[in-house]
Amino acid sequence: MEIGGIIAYLVSLAIMAGIYAVFCLGLNIQWGYTGLFNIGIAGFFCIGAYASAMITTPKPTGVYAHYVNQIFGLNLPFILGLLGAAVICGVIAFLIGIPTLKLKEDYLAIATLGIAETFRLIFNNEHWLANGPRGLMGLPQPFQGLVDPKNYNYIYLIIIVIIMVVVYLSIERAIRSPWGRVLRGIREDEISAAMSGKDIFHFKMQSLVFGAMVMGLGGALYAHYTKAISPDVFTPLYGTFIIWVMLMAGGSGNNKGAVLGAFVVWGIWIGTKFMTDLLPYTLKARAPYIRFLLIGILLEIILIYRPQGLLGEEKEVSKLIE
Amino acid sequence: MLKIEEVVKSFGGLTAVCECSLEVSEGAITGLIGPNGAGKTTLFNVITGHYKPERGRIIFQGEDINGLAPHKIFQRKIYRTFQITREFSQMTVIENLMFVPEGQVGERIWNTWFRPSAVWKQEKAIHEKAIEVLEFVELIDLKDEYAGSLSGGQKKLLELAKSLMADPKMVLLDEPGAGVNPTLMRKLIANIRKLCEEKKITFFLIEHDMDLVMSLCNPVIVMSEGKKLAEGTPEEIKKDERVLEAYLGGQYR
Repeated sequence: MEIGGIIAYLVSLAIMAGIYAVFCLGLNIQWGYTGLFNIGIAGFFCIGAYASAMITTPKPTGVYAHYVNQIFGLNLPFILGLLGAAVICGVIAFLIGIPTLKLKEDYLAIATLGIAETFRLIFNNEHWLANGPRGLMGLPQPFQGLVDPKNYNYIYLIIIVIIMVVVYLSIERAIRSPWGRVLRGIREDEISAAMSGKDIFHFKMQSLVFGAMVMGLGGALYAHYTKAISPDVFTPLYGTFIIWVMLMAGGSGNNKGAVLGAFVVWGIWIGTKFMTDLLPYTLKARAPYIRFLLIGILLEIILIYRPQGLLGEEKEVSKLIE
Repeated sequence: MLKIEEVVKSFGGLTAVCECSLEVSEGAITGLIGPNGAGKTTLFNVITGHYKPERGRIIFQGEDINGLAPHKIFQRKIYRTFQITREFSQMTVIENLMFVPEGQVGERIWNTWFRPSAVWKQEKAIHEKAIEVLEFVELIDLKDEYAGSLSGGQKKLLELAKSLMADPKMVLLDEPGAGVNPTLMRKLIANIRKLCEEKKITFFLIEHDMDLVMSLCNPVIVMSEGKKLAEGTPEEIKKDERVLEAYLGGQYR
């Protein structure tokens, strides 16, 4: 491979890692700071991606209408797709939160896992909604005409980095303020937090909604990167568990760790793909499962030997005044 | 100040608090004693909104606070501590204290982004107050330690310090002396007395350590089998036949 090819490959790797970093930041609000056991990230991933897809594409007309069903198509700019994805995910998180946030953490986990799979199956089976298993294609990309299409990824990487930084900074500010302190108190001891006058349900809801909005952004960024989405993308493995591994690896309760974990684990994940390419033919068919196994083992190793992750939570978090 | 009228709370077939009526008067340190299982902690949980009573009324400063959620009870300026301390262990001591004040500007997420100077200003004031409180309870040297790494006795002091951050009118202490060594205990007693006298905070405390109760509390209320059994000065309680019977059973009479 020539040097240009390697760089292009690294750029595409960084784009995916950057998208996953956005998801990790969202999960970090919910789990890292509030202790909400959300294992339905894929649900928000899915909703965010579809929402942005339908906001930014036109509703098919003429002969296409025979082949592509989608419930609406607004043909609006990319930025509105991103915002729409975030808002819709926020609203859905709010609705999910009403019955589930009163549950204890393991039950919340079961509920979110179930809801995420339900979303995926709805998109898969309801053809009128978003074209069923064939999914949606031809999503627009911003600043498309600016450069040669084969160099477009550089522009998209810049967009991802900008969004990631904005998300990172806004979360950091909120977490280091009294708002974040309340979330962390709830994570540590709900009853004590309630006795100190904090409305637990209210704050958990804010955390769930804010985290889900960030995840919705991640979903939208993914959709416009691949330009085509279908329900089989949003499986628990790619949509939820790998993000958990990233956050655990990087350091739950640390936003820098969340970003670092996304890049490290995505690097390892892609690296194992190269390794499995070297396997003999007889094993190649099993290679994907070996990779899944490796991710599972990695999670176990982290939880046993370094439960705080690469970068643990800082000792002093509310430090606006220093 | 706090009036409990015929409160009933049962768990399944067990009636933990059974038509209990009692009154706590303002400015005093009222002790609540009684044998294990008398319903003391349950009564605290009912007062602070963790359990809803089946019957009865709880009146604080003339208002019915029965059935309010715990955070609403806090807003009425009642603070309670727990028998087994419930600190935020992965947060520093000073963060534990800064958590408490009510209605902080920076608790609204919008304000953290759009009104940073107001958040900052209040945060600074809360920080100063936390330092002051930590100096009062002499935990200042530990302010940047994780609350979880404190000793049992220090955690009791931390609970008291947290209560001070709330500017309470009334503090319910559930066994403040349990697991505290004698030196720390003296400090705790001195602190409670000082707070009652200087800051006019009313205390209502459950305790098994009779030395602490007899030296600190007046009046003392005795609970047994979910009801108030007796009330009086420490001396009166010590002499009360019914109290001895409740604690020791009838066989020693």
